[in-house]
Amino acid sequence: MCLGVPGKVLSISDDGMSAQVDFFGVEKELRLDIVDEPVTVGDYVLNHVGFAIRRIPPEEVGETLALFDQILKEAAAGDLMAEDVRGEMAAGKAVPGGESGRG
Amino acid sequence: MADFDELKFRDPARARALTEALHREVEAAGRTISVMHVCGSHEQAIARFGLRAAFPRDLDVIMGPGCPVCVTDTPEVDEAVALAAQGARVCTYGDMLRLPGTVKSLADAQVDGGNVEVVYSVSRAVEIARARPAEQVVFFASGFETTAVATAAVVLSGVPENFSVLSSHKYVPAAMDLVAEIEETSIEGFIAAGHAATITGWGIFEPFAARTRSPVVVAGFEPLDVLAAVLELVRLIRAGRPEVMNCYPRCVSKEGNGPALEKLWKVFELAAGNWRGIARVPRGNLELRPEWDHLNARRRFRIDTSTVGGAERNVLAEHCICGTIMSGLARPSDCPIFGKECRPDSPVGACMVSSEGSCKIWHVYGGQPDLRGVA
Repeated sequence: MCLGVPGKVLSISDDGMSAQVDFFGVEKELRLDIVDEPVTVGDYVLNHVGFAIRRIPPEEVGETLALFDQILKEAAAGDLMAEDVRGEMAAGKAVPGGESGRG
Repeated sequence: MADFDELKFRDPARARALTEALHREVEAAGRTISVMHVCGSHEQAIARFGLRAAFPRDLDVIMGPGCPVCVTDTPEVDEAVALAAQGARVCTYGDMLRLPGTVKSLADAQVDGGNVEVVYSVSRAVEIARARPAEQVVFFASGFETTAVATAAVVLSGVPENFSVLSSHKYVPAAMDLVAEIEETSIEGFIAAGHAATITGWGIFEPFAARTRSPVVVAGFEPLDVLAAVLELVRLIRAGRPEVMNCYPRCVSKEGNGPALEKLWKVFELAAGNWRGIARVPRGNLELRPEWDHLNARRRFRIDTSTVGGAERNVLAEHCICGTIMSGLARPSDCPIFGKECRPDSPVGACMVSSEGSCKIWHVYGGQPDLRGVA
């Protein structure tokens, strides 16, 4: 439950309160009310229970993404860490067509 | 993702180097050193990557009360079960569903016809309340401060009248205080939970380190993160330096997440609470502040838990040693019912319920991952 999962900001709502975020090919809407600093399109953010909790410093993005990509790749059924990652990805609000898989 | 295939935090050469350094450091100490982490995700990393097999024989890395679901007390579950029985729609995170109450879990309440819904986000619970204005929707909120900030954000952004919160949020620093004060503890240093520290910042551990004379290292969740943090911690212990070291700078700053902390303390305050099987913990629970009484399910409803208790006694639960395990005084494999009567598909104790519970983690990743006695 404490595992933040990173995603890429695709767009930001007009009121600045939420963002469409891409998690490994799945699009979800995340809330931006508690992120540590302002985010813009193209930034990566850590997601926890449907909320962005940290803007990931750009120089860390590659490693962070590679790690989660790897967790998902290795994921067998019943793997707790992978389940937590999937739960976090599911925590965002569904967006139309977002689950259809761009990845 | 070809650009990102360099798995810097899993590099075997670096892992070996760190492990060798750790062996040298513990050997030089010439005694057993016990350290504790307080995060289920750390235990997942340690068990999943088999790190205990790489740790020196004389190093004990123990999981403490780092699972907020596990320390949620039975009367708190009873409150949620009673609310469901009284007709409210109870929304909660998936880990809470099978957490045993005195007699019933929320899963049992569901079987009894109660409206219980698993949500991945508190925002979803608010949407459910908006869609069902004739119902009372109660969000049974669990998790440490990382998760509590989401509840706080929802409260502050305005919720429908039929929405309320039953808070079972817990506060990480209290978990560390608790263990440090146990007289028989042998813990000499702590690995602090990385993502809780993303919110609170690592500076919050400085008074703790000074007061308890125990060093604290903030760590991430990758094999190298954990190995590096344990190595730093052993070094600090050997040097007798009760300091705080941040080994997770890519996510944690000294000050933490300011906007999130501001929202957290606007909505919540620290209160004493019973942690399941452990103790009454001063400042261990995050309760809604009095100005949010109208959203506090404990204030809004008369919750009658007498209807969900009853004379039934869970005989198996008397053998459960979850409290001792979470205090760092026993391992899951020390429990007489671990992996026998108590399994993930029929959990007796709280630690077998959550994906962050040490018993479930040990059970899923091989039961007894500590191979040091084998060689």
